[in-house]
Amino acid sequence: MSFDVEKIRQDFPILDREVNGYPLAYLDSANTSQKPRQVLDVLDEHYSRHNANVARSVHTLGTESTEAYEGARAKVATFIGAGSPDEIVFTKNSTEAINLVAYSYGARLGPGDEIVISEMEHHSNIVPWQLLCERTGATLRWFGVTDEGRLDLSTLDTLVNERTKLVSVVHMSNTLGTINPTEEITRRAHEVGALVMLDCSQSVPHLPVNVAALDVDLIAFTGHKMLGPTGIGVLWGRSELLADLPPFLAGGSMIETVTMEKTTFMAPPARFEAGTPPIAQAIGLGAAVDYLTAIGMPAIAEHDRKITTYALDALSTVEGLRIFGPTVPVGRGGTISFDLAGVHPHDVGQVLDTVGVQVRVGHHCARPTCVRFGVPAMTRASFYLYTTTEEIDALVRGLNQVRKVFS
Amino acid sequence: MTQPQLDQLYQEIILDHYKHPHGRGLREPYEAEAHHVNPTCGDEVTLRVHMHDGAVQDVSYDGMGCSISQAAASVLYDLVHGRRLDEALRRQEAFVTLMSSKGQAEPDEELLEDAVAFAGVAKYPARVKCALLPWMAFKDAAARAAASGADEGGAAVKRPGSSGTVTAAANLGSEG
Repeated sequence: MSFDVEKIRQDFPILDREVNGYPLAYLDSANTSQKPRQVLDVLDEHYSRHNANVARSVHTLGTESTEAYEGARAKVATFIGAGSPDEIVFTKNSTEAINLVAYSYGARLGPGDEIVISEMEHHSNIVPWQLLCERTGATLRWFGVTDEGRLDLSTLDTLVNERTKLVSVVHMSNTLGTINPTEEITRRAHEVGALVMLDCSQSVPHLPVNVAALDVDLIAFTGHKMLGPTGIGVLWGRSELLADLPPFLAGGSMIETVTMEKTTFMAPPARFEAGTPPIAQAIGLGAAVDYLTAIGMPAIAEHDRKITTYALDALSTVEGLRIFGPTVPVGRGGTISFDLAGVHPHDVGQVLDTVGVQVRVGHHCARPTCVRFGVPAMTRASFYLYTTTEEIDALVRGLNQVRKVFS
Repeated sequence: MTQPQLDQLYQEIILDHYKHPHGRGLREPYEAEAHHVNPTCGDEVTLRVHMHDGAVQDVSYDGMGCSISQAAASVLYDLVHGRRLDEALRRQEAFVTLMSSKGQAEPDEELLEDAVAFAGVAKYPARVKCALLPWMAFKDAAARAAASGADEGGAAVKRPGSSGTVTAAANLGSEG
């Protein structure tokens, strides 16, 4: 199937709307993506026709609901090349997936153990580890970031050492757009017996991701950035690793037998899915995976690359604009953060909104990255399979208007 | 937001204060200092209050932030320095009321002077917290400066513990 952005856009009802009298230019997909009708229809169909709780009912609706929920798990497993659907744990989002690992796996850490992250992480891949270190006495260490916005791997062999228990780094940065090479990291980590976790929140929506090829141990990602609903995320883990981990949240659905004194727990993934899960959201994510698969992740990645190349060129024409992160469309995705000299990102975003252009401003939940580049905040434009060159043009026109207002 | 609305938000007065801020920079003496941050956008302000004989002798500040927060600090300086504390706090309250008005209030120009330009900002919930950042820091520092008792005797000693950091996160919805 050939990639036709105009045809794809027809699947996204929201892209028809206007904002302040201008056609919507939605350039905030790294924040959350828009949803195609195919996903919205599945949500509607589930609630209209099949709604019931999962994994506990013998009735027809309960069976339909359970089949759809478990069907979504199987779709997600295939999508990322997991060995089995049982390796897919549904969570609320990436944040919960990372916290799950920090609590469950982290409970076995103690003084002398080390966790390695990086300076380009989202807060969700920093704070859970800081808290874990406070609880256990383990030590947090991190990779630096080069001026070009790449991971500084020059310290790899000392940073990742015999004391390292887990390396958790971002696959694609949510601010710099950098796609991190993971081979060297996984090689070194496994050499010293450490686990590798990747925060794939930005990569799974945009790139073909295969966990077997990556040779990692755990990944986290979230549904709402990949055309799915909010409230559904995924932790993938190697089955023997998940089987070895204790529960995180406790309650219904995750138990085998409960007495007043003691409880035994289900095997993964149920062990990690306490309580009624986000059923419709998981099914919606399954529909999103179907949609992405039909178009093809390689084609989506290629569209991202073309749009990013166009945007990097177009943004370089704006006077006073400085891009944070790679300025060439190599080893980077369709997320571009920048500074406009003399204008605070808050003001940039406000003026862009007057011409219908929706960008993210602030520290993007990655304050250490902002500090690394010496700014309190950044403006970020991020793209997806429905982004057009016309929208990039609207961004550039808007930025020139920003300069006029604050000249 | 349309172009006329944009002009209303970024009124000339506001852009003027942003480009040519009044009273900017941290000065001594002072009795209390407050550091407030806005976690959603990374804006920060450090603000000092110097009291003398029951009056706000000086307000000095430094920080980084958007045009709205920086202009609000400049306007604040004009409105409160040299005023008696109760008068300064009356203006502080009037500004907070204006910013809570969702753009419906008719601001008292005699009391608020240049700050009336912020009436347009009140229509944008995402920006109200920018405008309030320095004013909340002032309220905090002024209260502690007054409590220090230094204003009565005119002493200008920075007391240990009279500096505080506050995150302006209350009901503003942090993004992470």
